[in-house]
Amino acid sequence: MAAFGLLTYIAASCWLAFIFPQSVLAFLLVEASFLLLCYVPAPPKVKLFLGALVLLVLLPSLGAINGYYLEIAIQIGIYVALALGLNIVVGFVGLLNLGFVAFFAIGAYLWAIFGSPQANEFIAGGFFPLSPNWFFPFLLLSIAVGALTGALLGLPVLRLRGDYLAIVTLGFAEVVRAVFNNLDKPINFTNGPKGISPITKPPLFFKPWLEFFGWEFSDATLYPMYFYFLVLLVVFMIIIVTRRLEDSRIGRAWKAIREDEMAAAAMGVPVVRMKLLGFAVGASFASAVGVLFAAKQVFINPESFTFMESIGVLAMVILGGMGSIPGAILGAAGVTILNLQLLKGLSLWLNGLRQSGTILTLPLLGSYPLSELPVQFEPAKYERMIFGLILILMMIFRPQGILPPRRDQKR
Amino acid sequence: MALLELRDISKRFGGLQALARVSLEVEDGVIASLIGPNGAGKTTLFNTLTGLYQPDDGQIRFQDRSLMGMKPDKITSAGISRTFQNIRLFSHMTVLDNVLVGMHSRVHTGLPEILLRTREFHKREKEALHRAMELIELTGLTGREGEWAHQLSYGEQRRLELARALAAAPKLLLLDEPTAGMNFTEAQSLVALLRELMGRYVQAILLIEHNMRVVMGVSHRVHVLDYGEKIAEGDPDEIRRDPRVIEAYLGSGAWAKHAQS
Repeated sequence: MAAFGLLTYIAASCWLAFIFPQSVLAFLLVEASFLLLCYVPAPPKVKLFLGALVLLVLLPSLGAINGYYLEIAIQIGIYVALALGLNIVVGFVGLLNLGFVAFFAIGAYLWAIFGSPQANEFIAGGFFPLSPNWFFPFLLLSIAVGALTGALLGLPVLRLRGDYLAIVTLGFAEVVRAVFNNLDKPINFTNGPKGISPITKPPLFFKPWLEFFGWEFSDATLYPMYFYFLVLLVVFMIIIVTRRLEDSRIGRAWKAIREDEMAAAAMGVPVVRMKLLGFAVGASFASAVGVLFAAKQVFINPESFTFMESIGVLAMVILGGMGSIPGAILGAAGVTILNLQLLKGLSLWLNGLRQSGTILTLPLLGSYPLSELPVQFEPAKYERMIFGLILILMMIFRPQGILPPRRDQKR
Repeated sequence: MALLELRDISKRFGGLQALARVSLEVEDGVIASLIGPNGAGKTTLFNTLTGLYQPDDGQIRFQDRSLMGMKPDKITSAGISRTFQNIRLFSHMTVLDNVLVGMHSRVHTGLPEILLRTREFHKREKEALHRAMELIELTGLTGREGEWAHQLSYGEQRRLELARALAAAPKLLLLDEPTAGMNFTEAQSLVALLRELMGRYVQAILLIEHNMRVVMGVSHRVHVLDYGEKIAEGDPDEIRRDPRVIEAYLGSGAWAKHAQS
C-alpha cells in the first residue's frame, strides 16, 4: 500500500517537473521523494527499486530536458561524497577535522595539473595535457594519494585531542591552500591564484556504442549526463565501502575510540593505527571526488577550497546526524538543495516582489512598498542569514541531527 | 612459575610516589586480591600493568615475557584484560558491539577481507558473534544485546564490562572494584560468577576490592598496598590478623585495642 503511494507520488512529481521544466518547486518535489523513501515504511526491496528508478531513469530524463537539474544533482553527489568521508573522521572516529577540504583540493589539483597543459611548465617534453584515457587511472591514483596525505597529516597530529586537533587540521587546510596559491614561482606548479584551465574531461569511451545504435549526441549534451552517472557511481562505491567498514571490527574500533579512547586501548584496539586508517579512508574519498570535481569544472583555483567549504561539509554531517550514513547523505543533499535552490529561489521571489512594486501590508504596523527597500536589505543578503538561523534552530531542537545513527537491530 | 610477575615497580606523578618498589606475583589458577586504603596506588598499579602508564622503574613479566614498553593493545593481545573502577563502557554502542570491540585482538580480519566480504570474513564474524552471545548469556544480559550500553542499569553495566573484558579471551583478568555499588545478593552472585570463570574462561584473576566479605570469601591470596608500598601479602586469614594491615586501615591505635579485646 505504502509502496503504491510512493510510486504515485514519484510519478506525479516527475510529471509536474516534465510539464514545468523551469519550476524549482516541481524539482524540489522530485527531490523530496528521497525523503519519503527514507521515512515511509515499505519493504526495503521496494524502496531500493523506487530509489534506483528515480536515480537511474527519471532524474536523467528530467536532466535531458533541463540541464540545470543534472548540475544540481552532480553538486549534491559531490557533497554527499565529501560528507561521507568527513563522517568517517568526525562521526565514527570522533576526531574534529576543520580542514577536510584540503584533501578535496589535493585530489582536484592532482588531475588539474596533469590533465591540463600546466604540467608542461615543470616537465619537459610536451606530454601534457594527458589524454582523457588517463582520467580513470588518476581517479585510482587519487585514492592512494588522498590516503597517503591523510595518514601523513595524521601521524604528527593524532596525539592531539579535541580542540587542539581541530585547530591543527584547520591550519593544515590553510597551508594546503596557501601552497596551491603560491606555488607558481620559482617553478610554476599550480599557476597560483589564476588557477588551472582547461582541465581534460573523462573519456567518452561509450560514444562509439551509442553511434552504433544510431544515437547521435553532441559532447555538450553527453558530458553532464556522463558526469552525473560518474558521480553516482563514485558515491555508490563510497557508500558500499563505508557500510562494509562500519559493519566490521574496524568500524567498531572507530566508534569505541570515539566513545572512550582509553577503554578502547585497554580492550585491545590499536588506537593510533585505527585513527590513521580513519583519516586515510576519509581523505581518500575526498581526494577521489576532487578529481571528478576538477574534470567537471574544467577550471579550478584555490578559491574553490576555502575554510568555508570545510565548515559547510561539517555542517552537513552534523545536521544529518553524526555517525550515520543516511544522515550524512541527507545532510549533504539537504544543505546543497537549500543553498543552491531554496534560498536562491527565495531571494529571486523576493526580488520579483520588489521589482513588481508589491506593497507589504502588516496589521498594526502599516504598509510598506517593497520597492523602497534599501539596497542593504536586498533579499540575496538574507540567504546566509537564513542558513545560519536554520543551523541554530536545528542545534537547539534536534542536536542529534535529522537521521541520527540507529541501534542495529538486525541481529 | 608465576603467570604474572612484578618486580620493584615504581611510578611517580610529580611529587607523589604512587607506587614504590612494588613486587607481586599472580600464580596460575589463583584468585588474588589487591586491597588498601583509598589512594594506596591500586588503580595506578592496574594502569601500569595494562600499559596505560609506563612504570619509572621495575620489571613486568607475563608468562615469562616482558611487558615493558608495550602498548595497551599489545598487552591485551598478550592475554591481560581489565574492567574499570568507574564504568567505562562505549555508551553509544550496543551491548553486543561493546562485547565485539573486546574481541578486536582476537578477530583477525584485514582491510581487503572486510571490503570484499570474503567467505573468511563472514566465517570469523559469525564466530565472533557466537562467542559474544555466549558471554552475554554468561553475564545474564541475554535479551539486552540490542540496547545501547548507557540504557542498562548500573548492575547490568558492571556485568557488561565483565563480558567485554572476557571477550578479549584473557589469561589474566583484572577487575577494578567489581562489586562497587552492589548490594549483598548482587555481590554474592558476582563472586559465584568469578569462581565459575576460573579455569573455563580465565587462568587467574586479580581484583581490587573494598568489600572485605568478598575479598576474604573469594581470594586465595591477598596483597595489601598502602601509600604506594606493599605492606603485606598472604592468605585471607593471615591478612586479617596482620598488624600492619589493621594499622593501615584503622590507624595506629587500632591494633592495641584489637589485641586487648
